[in-house]
Amino acid sequence: MRIQITFSKQGALRYTGHLDLHKLWERAARRAELPLAYSHGFHPQPKISMAAALPLGFASRCEVLDMKLERDIPLEGLRDTLQGTLPPGIQILAIEQVDDRAPALQTRVVSAEYEVTLTEPVDGSELKRRIDAVMNAESILRSRRGKEYDLRPLIESLTSVSSPEGRGEKIIMKLSAKEGATGRPEEVLDVLGIAFEETRIERTRLNLSTNLH
Amino acid sequence: MLTPEQIERKLDRILLKVQKPGRYVGGELNSIQKDWDSVQTRVALVFPDIYDIGVSNMGLKILYDQINQREDALAERAYAPWLDMEDLMRQHGIPLYALESKRPLACFDLIGFTLPYETLYTNTLNVLDLAGIPVRSAERDERHPIIIAGGHACMNPEPMHAFIDAFVIGEGEEVIHEIIDTIQNAKRQTSKVNLNDVQPLTFDREALLRELAQIPGVYVPRFYEASYLDDGTVARIEPTVADVPKIITKRIVAKLPPPPTKFIVPNVDIVHNRVSVEIMRGCTRGCRFCHAGMITRPVRERSVDEILQAAEEALKSTGFEELALLSLSSSDYTHVLELVTKVGEKFGGTHLKVSLPSLRIESVSIDLMERLKDRRSGGFTLAPEAATERMRRIINKFIPDEDIINTTREIYRRGWTTIKLYFMIGHPSETLEDVKAIADLCKRVLAEGRKVIGWKAKLHAGVSTFVPKSQTPFQWVSCDTPEQIKAKQELLKRELYRDKNIKLSLTDAEDSFLEAWLSRGDRRMAEVVYSAWKKGSKFDAWKEGKKYDAWMEAFAEHGLDPLFYTHRQRRTDEVFPWEHITAAVRKNFLFQDFRMSLEGEIRVDCRLNCYACGILPTFAGLRRENPGEGWKCPDVKSPSLKVISNSVISKQPAQSDAEELPVVGD
Ligand code: SF4
Repeated sequence: MRIQITFSKQGALRYTGHLDLHKLWERAARRAELPLAYSHGFHPQPKISMAAALPLGFASRCEVLDMKLERDIPLEGLRDTLQGTLPPGIQILAIEQVDDRAPALQTRVVSAEYEVTLTEPVDGSELKRRIDAVMNAESILRSRRGKEYDLRPLIESLTSVSSPEGRGEKIIMKLSAKEGATGRPEEVLDVLGIAFEETRIERTRLNLSTNLH
Repeated sequence: MLTPEQIERKLDRILLKVQKPGRYVGGELNSIQKDWDSVQTRVALVFPDIYDIGVSNMGLKILYDQINQREDALAERAYAPWLDMEDLMRQHGIPLYALESKRPLACFDLIGFTLPYETLYTNTLNVLDLAGIPVRSAERDERHPIIIAGGHACMNPEPMHAFIDAFVIGEGEEVIHEIIDTIQNAKRQTSKVNLNDVQPLTFDREALLRELAQIPGVYVPRFYEASYLDDGTVARIEPTVADVPKIITKRIVAKLPPPPTKFIVPNVDIVHNRVSVEIMRGCTRGCRFCHAGMITRPVRERSVDEILQAAEEALKSTGFEELALLSLSSSDYTHVLELVTKVGEKFGGTHLKVSLPSLRIESVSIDLMERLKDRRSGGFTLAPEAATERMRRIINKFIPDEDIINTTREIYRRGWTTIKLYFMIGHPSETLEDVKAIADLCKRVLAEGRKVIGWKAKLHAGVSTFVPKSQTPFQWVSCDTPEQIKAKQELLKRELYRDKNIKLSLTDAEDSFLEAWLSRGDRRMAEVVYSAWKKGSKFDAWKEGKKYDAWMEAFAEHGLDPLFYTHRQRRTDEVFPWEHITAAVRKNFLFQDFRMSLEGEIRVDCRLNCYACGILPTFAGLRRENPGEGWKCPDVKSPSLKVISNSVISKQPAQSDAEELPVVGD
């Protein structure tokens, strides 16, 4: 049986990285006594996979993971059982069964949406001007880890939501998240001239392709 | 003082700049956050090393449980931030805070440090400083928390006497409640007086400490004074007030309380991701170099059922992938075979890794490990400690060479490819020949392994340097000099580096000296600790932290000679700096054991034959109330303190309390 869990990751858990999050779910499954399936071989690994790694420090309300179980179990009540074994900071939003033959979760991710809250006051109209400049640009060449790439085509949308006092201003963005073409919110913020440590970032939505075969 | 919200806001700005920020945010499963205002006493428990090591510390886990079970108290945790985090915290004005509530440590009523080893001393000072609390006990007043410390290193508390208000000597499970009760009483009395006062709650610190000093097992150093002889050794250590004990005897619990099962599950990777269940406390083997073995007597065992139940509950509440069955000597646990069989039956096939440390060098140990492991990964660890039969007699860990060879051969034959052997150099009267024998033994073991499994056979030799510890039969002996250690280590390298299937690890001689002078120091060492810390020494157990030169400068500054502490055979009538602290094993017993070692005489397991080490007369009452299997000392039947000894195998008659050794002044 294969199940897909959608969950949020908040608070202290923002500082738990991708590998540690794997471990966390493995232990949670054990605490809930789920019949987790393991790979064969010398170092058996639990069959858990995540849709898209969330950078350290980001919160999320839309993480998705896929877990294989050795046998079928009733879905009813599972959400409560599993939730009871999770640390505060992880909240299960949905659990559903998926077809055993469905493609791997990672290959289905198309784009991701982020909400960035600015913790320092900014000039709202100046921010709008910069956003427009980004959206009107044909290309934004950047280099990351020594590789040149064009950020512009990875930005699907970028807007700001102003707040009356200029505090807690928000930037909303939708970035491509396909394998080999993933936009990173920090890069967009850098182009906008916003310091990363003056923000709180939350991933609000992962768009998965509905094509299951 | 900063509020939790202010601290969290500041943290959010810096956490992504440090390694592993998950160490500093709490939020772990099974951590307990009580309502701050609903309790009278707030305790912060501190392991003054990094989170990765501290979280799994058993002592703090037990106290965390004990305190949080009380309705009127809460316990939270703190660890030493790593160097990168400390820099940023100081830069941004963030005081050290507790992980659960994010409140500054300075807000707590009581801060309890665990000091299992001496290299945590500078970190302890650093933690206090980071918390904005005066480092010296004498500089703290009513506004500051009471600072206590416990753990094995506190068997000689003197080098830390200036910084800790009260030490707990021995086991903390019961004492901690008495300490909390005493604090509550003191604060309640003053609050009655100040009922209509707008002043914040205050109390008389000195009076409270005086009351704490009357709790058995609690040592409050400010009420004692040390004087010295011309040769620099201690003349005496005496109370300066009337109502505190002359000698502080360690506390023990008569029966081990139910083991903790709600282990904290970190959200980041740590060193030991596991559930630990203490199967037994204490050790009857009497290895003469072993501090833990001497200070944790008597042996008290848990029942197989209790262990199994705790393991099951703990695994269920944590989901950890490993179970450690802890004791100083697993093979000596009376029902070890039954335990291991049942653990195997219960958890077999669940991907659970089970560890059973400290097994004796005998084939039964291999049977035990086979029952626990489906796979032979991870290597098989044994600790001969010395490589010649002569040395093994001296240290009282007697194993014939043939047993080592036969056991290791069998380990390879049964499918393990790596054997880890632990040795120590620097035991008293050790020669270069004894050291060369370590290399020879390793080669012989590997050669035997090759005969059975060919070139797959590997060997890992861990060779540490012996440090004579307080409260052990070797407390009279000197450490090896740097030259001796160097010669011995070079010899091992020469002999062993050629074979690439032998991995040799050695301890840095400087680390051993640091450990030696801290564990054997007197009150004057406190100033050296302080200066070394001021000069930047911290994380002394880490190569990134320790600064040996700073220590040397600190010694010079205070006109003290490190060699006085490390390289000096003690006079037989010397008064030790820890003379007023006792682990209930008599000095006479230790001295007699020391003399036996010089003669190469061994004492077998004291389960087979009680040697009247001092435990029974001290704890006769407890033993009488708790007769039978739980303890491994003989029963105490008569109301008088007579020890019943059944001399079966011993060559050495039991020493009665009346027989005094002429040379030792105790
Ligand atoms: S009192 Fe006897 S049996 Fe008990 S620890 Fe001491 S020597 Fe061993």
